Amino acid sequence: MSSHQPLGGKLINTQFVILAIFALIAAIFLAERFIFGLGSVTNLNNGYPWGIWIAIDVVIGTAFGCGGFVMAILVYIFNKGKYHPLVRPALMASLFGYSLGGMAVVLDLGRYWQVYNIFLPWYAQINSVMFEVALCVTAYTFVLWIEFTPVFLEKFGIENLRQKLEKVLFAVIALGVLLPMMHQSSLGTMILVAGFKLHPLWNTNLLPVLFLVSVAAMGYAIVTFEALLSSAGFKRPYDTTILNKLSGIMLVLLIGYMIMRFADLIMRGQLGLALAGDINGNMFIIENILFLIPIVILINPANRSKPRLLFIAAMSMLFAGAIFRINAYLVGFEPGGGWNYFPSVPELLVTLGIFSMEIMLYLIFVKRLPILHRVEA
Amino acid sequence: MNKLDDFKAVEKIPGNLSRREFLKFCTGVAATLGLSSMAGVRIAEAATSGNRPPVIWLSGQECTGCSETLLRATHPTLESLILETISLDYHETLSVAAGHQAEAARQASMEANKGKYILVVEGATPMKDGGIYCKIGNKTMLDHVKESAEHAAAIVAVGSCSSWGGVAATSPNPTGAVGTPEVLPNKTVVSIPGCPPNPYNLLATILHLVTFKKLPALDDIGRPIFAYGRLIHENCERRPHFDAGRFAMEFGDEGHRKGWCLYKIGCKGPETYANCPSVLFGDVGSASWPVGTGHPCIGCTEQGVVFEKSIHELAKVENLTPPTLFPPIVEERGTGVTPASAAVAGGVVGAVVGAGAVIASKMGQEPATESDSD
Repeated sequence: MSSHQPLGGKLINTQFVILAIFALIAAIFLAERFIFGLGSVTNLNNGYPWGIWIAIDVVIGTAFGCGGFVMAILVYIFNKGKYHPLVRPALMASLFGYSLGGMAVVLDLGRYWQVYNIFLPWYAQINSVMFEVALCVTAYTFVLWIEFTPVFLEKFGIENLRQKLEKVLFAVIALGVLLPMMHQSSLGTMILVAGFKLHPLWNTNLLPVLFLVSVAAMGYAIVTFEALLSSAGFKRPYDTTILNKLSGIMLVLLIGYMIMRFADLIMRGQLGLALAGDINGNMFIIENILFLIPIVILINPANRSKPRLLFIAAMSMLFAGAIFRINAYLVGFEPGGGWNYFPSVPELLVTLGIFSMEIMLYLIFVKRLPILHRVEA
Repeated sequence: MNKLDDFKAVEKIPGNLSRREFLKFCTGVAATLGLSSMAGVRIAEAATSGNRPPVIWLSGQECTGCSETLLRATHPTLESLILETISLDYHETLSVAAGHQAEAARQASMEANKGKYILVVEGATPMKDGGIYCKIGNKTMLDHVKESAEHAAAIVAVGSCSSWGGVAATSPNPTGAVGTPEVLPNKTVVSIPGCPPNPYNLLATILHLVTFKKLPALDDIGRPIFAYGRLIHENCERRPHFDAGRFAMEFGDEGHRKGWCLYKIGCKGPETYANCPSVLFGDVGSASWPVGTGHPCIGCTEQGVVFEKSIHELAKVENLTPPTLFPPIVEERGTGVTPASAAVAGGVVGAVVGAGAVIASKMGQEPATESDSD
């Protein structure tokens, strides 16, 4: 008997329909984008060639998809088997985060029909950080699907193949840890190469490290967030013992992150810009308050087993990571020359639709596939 | 000791070049040819070996511009290389000998090096009235070319005049001038057109011949593909302006001063095959070629373009028609926040925060254990 089981239950309910409507709206705007081009739907321009489809759908979307790899580190590298019940849901969230992130890249490519050229070795520009990210994200998406294959095999009772796959899965999992660490830090490098266009509050050589450490914290936060949410939503018991330990790890990462972040700003002498009162300074303050909230909550060990506070800490952490990325990619990015950018309504609705689709897929998967661990009633 | 001897041998041969400079030059030549850097070493070996191929350089209806470009538009040490790499046995401008003495030297060299010498022809050959409109040493150019080509190992037509007639053959062409390939219809003639051609294209062709004992790959009208395989338009530094529809409309206007595409003031880059934008002229760095300095290309390497079309006439765009829709020259600098987008963005963030708050409020404040949730 497997230790996981599908939840069962009706697929179509009110939430599902609302999500489906958002996804449909996004689909309509995407049809417009593919017929009339990016300019007809987005506010992208030559000063801001990357908008929220990159900053949110790809950079934040894949960051939200980092639950899988941080859980894999914990379970398979540090060999902490007790966290195992959370691996599959985390893996699934990663699967959606990355598959949809990869899809979002294609949506944002002006000449998307050329995308296959990235994978032709004779065109490879191995010094390009964007090339590394493109290749890594693609490879990791495949790796995630392979890591997730046992779930399908279990569902459809193909035991023989599943056992064979389990024997080689360790190699895939190792790759599945390496790849996201490579490209999640490179997402920081990718905006750092914009050089002077990046505001000093985010323009630091530590940016790749900050991206990596914050993404690991976000990974644990998303696992906590989803576990609590599915427990509350599906009326299942809270996994508080595990989440308690996870939040401890998150706290260490967060404190490390904040020390690096502020030591760097002080050493570069740029901390004063936070109080400049402009949009950059204010967004920086919001970003770091959101980072501080989980620290303040989790520093008291007693709070780590209270679902409500854990939930607030995880959510704040996710917001903090998201705002940090929006700040680095959009707010702190100043191309000069009078350019400005704010996402258009269709752009926002497409992003909303993509996230809606992610939640819809989550609901379908947990109800129909053996994802969540078995609860002994 | 041996190594030192080798070095000294190489050091002496190319005149006042250091060994490092010389190898650098050979590698540069290899790069011009599109060969690997190892080929540079082979070129260096060939250039320093004792048996330098003799070159007979004929001059017909020409302005000596091709010789000039070879002598001047290069590093100062180049002429010593060209004079000592190849054995220039006959050249009307560069010979010390003159008159009958020079002609005798040519005859002697051709006799001694039968089937081994390289024939370079500069200038067009007049055909009308038995070729009497260009005579050297009381013999027509037509006879000179035919006689010298008879036992040549390779024939190179340098410059546009020699390639197809050039300025001498411009209508009404009173002397019936034609290019060398037309004088020698049964021979393979390598054409290096240009007015003047880039000296590196000639040099690279000759060194290819010396090194590999064969001609470089040629196109259907005898031009080396490494130099004439691509349109100027394809490698032009102003090409993005063409694609974006930013054109200089007259000399000195805003677009011209900003370095926009010169197509509309007659640039023939779109119909001219040559490597000018990549190889440049005069070894003085970027932009040192006609289009780079702000003058439209006149198509000097292309038969039917230079001397036939007027300089400011529009070129025929060979391999690409401009798009019907150009992006605007003055771009809108982006749309800022609108009430609708602000409302949607705010609404989404608000809904997420609100939903989070509602869910959080429903969750237990107290430590929950697996048993009491059950």
